[in-house]
Amino acid sequence: MVTPVRVVIALCLVAPFVAMLWVSSYAKVDPAFIGIPFFYWYQMLWVLISTVLTMIAYQLWQRDQRARKALREGASR
Amino acid sequence: MNDGVNGVALAVFIFFFLAVTVMGFLASRWRRAENENSLDEWGLGGRSFGTWVTWFLLGGDLYTAYTFVAVPAAIYAAGAAGFFAVPYTILVYPLIFTFLPRLWSVSHKHGYVTTSDFVRGRFGSKGLSLAVAVTGILATMPYIALQLVGIQAVLDVMGVGGGEDTNWFIKDLPLLIAFGVLAAYTYSSGLRAPALIAFVKDTLIYIVIAVAIIYIPIKLGGFDEIFHAANEKFSATNEATGKPVGALVPGDAGTWTYATLALGSALALFMYPHSITATLSSRSRDVIRRNTTILPLYSLMLGLLALLGFMAIAAGVKVENGQLAIPQLFEDMFPDWFTGVAFAAIGIGALVPAAIMSIAAANLFTRNIYKDFLKPDATPEQETKVSKLVSLLVKVGALAFVLTMDKTVAINFQLLGGIWILQTMPALVGGLFTRWFHRWALLTGWAVGMVYGTVAAYGVASPTQKHFGGSSKEIPGIGEIGYIGLTAFVLNVVVTVVLTFVLKALKAPDGIDETSPEDYTADAGDKGVAVELPKVGAGH
Repeated sequence: MVTPVRVVIALCLVAPFVAMLWVSSYAKVDPAFIGIPFFYWYQMLWVLISTVLTMIAYQLWQRDQRARKALREGASR
Repeated sequence: MNDGVNGVALAVFIFFFLAVTVMGFLASRWRRAENENSLDEWGLGGRSFGTWVTWFLLGGDLYTAYTFVAVPAAIYAAGAAGFFAVPYTILVYPLIFTFLPRLWSVSHKHGYVTTSDFVRGRFGSKGLSLAVAVTGILATMPYIALQLVGIQAVLDVMGVGGGEDTNWFIKDLPLLIAFGVLAAYTYSSGLRAPALIAFVKDTLIYIVIAVAIIYIPIKLGGFDEIFHAANEKFSATNEATGKPVGALVPGDAGTWTYATLALGSALALFMYPHSITATLSSRSRDVIRRNTTILPLYSLMLGLLALLGFMAIAAGVKVENGQLAIPQLFEDMFPDWFTGVAFAAIGIGALVPAAIMSIAAANLFTRNIYKDFLKPDATPEQETKVSKLVSLLVKVGALAFVLTMDKTVAINFQLLGGIWILQTMPALVGGLFTRWFHRWALLTGWAVGMVYGTVAAYGVASPTQKHFGGSSKEIPGIGEIGYIGLTAFVLNVVVTVVLTFVLKALKAPDGIDETSPEDYTADAGDKGVAVELPKVGAGH
């Protein structure tokens, strides 16, 4: 069943793939950050971004599961 | 490169080694006396631990010779191309989030301990289950080989054994010592070595990481200096090829390689026998997902460790064999006693995962080959004996990889294992979501992928050897250089899909599926979900 929440979860999980596999979007030296070329700090930044995205996906999934459970219990009552 | 034995470092190294081994041994005895069953705890990854402790322990397992030696060495040698390990670990977590909770549920419902168990139950095919088991064992060997190379690098830099100009026995002495220690270690502690040893090992590793990534850049004058030096080295021309020796960012030609290596490695990681065991042992479905939200923090440290490769260049480390770059950097930078601590961290950090891997592979053999095909009525004693023997054979296999492959590019060991283990993915992950694939199609697809991958990898030459010199090759039909494992995987999927259509049209008999759709979403506490999984083999 496709719900808006699940679409958001899917997007959160797919985003790192798009960002990381599109290598030419970040294969450059400038702008550097404290001397580290863009290529390196950008990917490390994506570690943080993907962590946040996975956390969001997890929270949404929890909520989705609770809602579904409540719905099921409500229906059986 | 190195003159004589570094006595202080060697003494500290040996001290930590003995301490950890004795501790593991004693702890397992002490626990055995107290409660027989609690031995299983560490073998199955500490199910009684909370999320944070599990995170701590899991992270220690992720830090192997791959992170400490192979990845920085790849950066040291070629620059940007080696950094693919960072996107690789970023992509692992969304995959785990999506796939593994389903595997957890169905496994706990039906008592599956290995991927082979699941495949047999799902597709009713012993042949497919055998294929998955054989692949798991085969693919683990080069991964263990990588750990051996890591230990060898440390011993080499400490001056145990010799340089290139000594005779073959002395030259390979560090490797033989590493092998001997690993074999003895698995026998004495096995998976019994409980959480205690893991805490010591992980604490050592974290201290070394923290010191290395803060202290070394400061000593070298900051990242500006480091990348400046690296840039100078990489823009030099390689006399053999006429191209620059490396690059700070991948060029147009390198982007496909970079992306396919990252994706292929990510898909492969969680199909190794040892990572499946670890995942299945978590307390509930939910713990897996929750852990994927904090595990990525490790990728950040991996990235910083990878940069050590550049630091080695800036520090003027010059070694023929790239694997020695990081141990050499530590020796040059740190006072002797801390060099010993760092080497102990690398050594133990390679030994423990290698032991876990070889036991996981041995258990796979015992459960899915020995019991299923050779001796269905085996007693637990026989099982344990077979497991112990096979865990030794797996290590001998790993040794064979070390001796036949180019040790200067150790990251290739892991990538070769990945080529093979990836071929089990259609059966495993496909099976988790759909029963549409036909078992014979999956088996044929697997065979095609294995043969293509092995032949292609065999044909890759490197400057130092004719075969198995690398893991990337031109992708047929696209013309870009890509990771062989991923190409073989795509081929595998295509064959599987086409053949499934054919076999369905021919009405070929489908195997019996013993699982039902709701099994894949069951959670702890639901009816029929076993909290404890059955045990097999030596580690348990």
